[in-house]
Amino acid sequence: MTAPAAEDLLRELTPQVLGALVRRYGRFEGCEDAVQEAVLAATVQWPAEGTPRNPRGWLLTVASRRLIDQLRSDHARREREWTSAAEVGPPEEVPDTDDTLVLLFLCCHPTLTAASQIALTLRAVGGLTTAEIARAFLVPEATMAARISRAKQRIKAAGSSCSLPEGAEREERLRVVLHVLYLIFNEGYTASSGSALSRADLADEAIRLVRMVRTQLPEDGEVTGLLALMLLTHARREARTSGAGDLVPLDEQNRAKWDRGLIAEGTELVKASLAGPELGPYQLQAAIAATHADAATAAETDWAQVHALYLILERIAPNPMVTLNRAIALAEVEGPQAGLALLSALDGDERMAGHHRLMSVRAHLLEQAGDKAGAYDHYRSAAKATASITERRYLESRAAAVKQ
Amino acid sequence: MKFLISMHINPAVLDALTPEEQAAIGAGHGRFIAALKESGELLTTQALVDPSQAAVVRVRNGQPVVSDGPYLEAKEYLGGFYLVDCENKERAVELAAQIPDAAIEGLGVEVRQVMFSEGQLEA
Repeated sequence: MTAPAAEDLLRELTPQVLGALVRRYGRFEGCEDAVQEAVLAATVQWPAEGTPRNPRGWLLTVASRRLIDQLRSDHARREREWTSAAEVGPPEEVPDTDDTLVLLFLCCHPTLTAASQIALTLRAVGGLTTAEIARAFLVPEATMAARISRAKQRIKAAGSSCSLPEGAEREERLRVVLHVLYLIFNEGYTASSGSALSRADLADEAIRLVRMVRTQLPEDGEVTGLLALMLLTHARREARTSGAGDLVPLDEQNRAKWDRGLIAEGTELVKASLAGPELGPYQLQAAIAATHADAATAAETDWAQVHALYLILERIAPNPMVTLNRAIALAEVEGPQAGLALLSALDGDERMAGHHRLMSVRAHLLEQAGDKAGAYDHYRSAAKATASITERRYLESRAAAVKQ
Repeated sequence: MKFLISMHINPAVLDALTPEEQAAIGAGHGRFIAALKESGELLTTQALVDPSQAAVVRVRNGQPVVSDGPYLEAKEYLGGFYLVDCENKERAVELAAQIPDAAIEGLGVEVRQVMFSEGQLEA
């Protein structure tokens, strides 16, 4: 078995090498096979012969050779172009290339569905096996394999360029990448079904990938903001469910269980990113999470600040979910009636029609306002509308509590 | 998101179909399964035997009482289902509309999101 340090090194280098190869040769699928073989060779040879001085160069050379061998045998002698490509040798070592980014941009190609982007990112950039990804998403391995192979075909059909996009397109593509990483994190965070353990791994994986992006783009406020948001959210993971697996709301969580190390790191990152020239939704959500993390008890929460941050978030990224969250903060600052008044503005929004979050927030505010019957009805409706069994249990327990 | 697309069959409606129409349903399911497999959306599909072969089990005073036949005396029975994993409810509805049963007068398919799963899924 490879030592953990060597294993980490391989996981970090694999996407870089794959990115470099894809950039040089195109042919995502062939490159992936070649890199896997090189990684396999490394796990066998490095422990026996010692880690090479330039492990990335070693992997690049071995993978390039494998790819060229494979292409030669695939195309026999009739395709001379590959013979000449083979003579060019492995791609140049450029120490500051952002090959991992090239790969991420490719995996998060806009023509793919979110599910495919997620699967391909975990496979190619995260280095997870198809079986591991299938397990994490509770689908059969054959289903996941088909999804990944279809995604690769789509990328090929789109004739995607294997270089980093420039300017506005780059900005736009980076937002997609961050969104995919955010979805991976959420999948791990909202363990609604199946084994909670494998899903927590997805949250760790998302954090690792965002860290990787951040080493390439340390100046990007939203990359830093997303990392901070994940760390601050992850810090509460031990406190957000009870021993029985029931959901514990923020105001009832045992804050001694929050991970102080993650909070400190996340808070530092928020501060650093807010000092930058731009302000984006991840930075603001991270700042909100940091405000909560800063309160020793729920009663000490600086709700005025939380509300102000939601107000800015609503302005730069209007979304009914943000308004919904702002209503909770507003109720804390000005009283439940003010929160309920804001909610009525959402009633006409068809994106929120029948949404369980709107019902559960309304139930919560009605409860605060002393309308127990109204709260009961809305908790019950919300429990029926949610697709999460943990959340349903929680909402039913709230309904039972207000009825007494 | 995982959805169960369940097919509610009516034996009387199915019996009234011509052999060609019945064969077309089978072929339609074959094509649908192939497309779902290729898109990476199929988790599993199962078809059930005729409702007349069902047994209903009730435990009364700690003793199981078993009776032959379906649970409900109804016109429609659960005939089978597709368990799919797709992007959203709109896509699940779009998939449901491709199932041949959906186009037959007197039959319909139902789409419901899965809330909890456990156990190995190996298609």
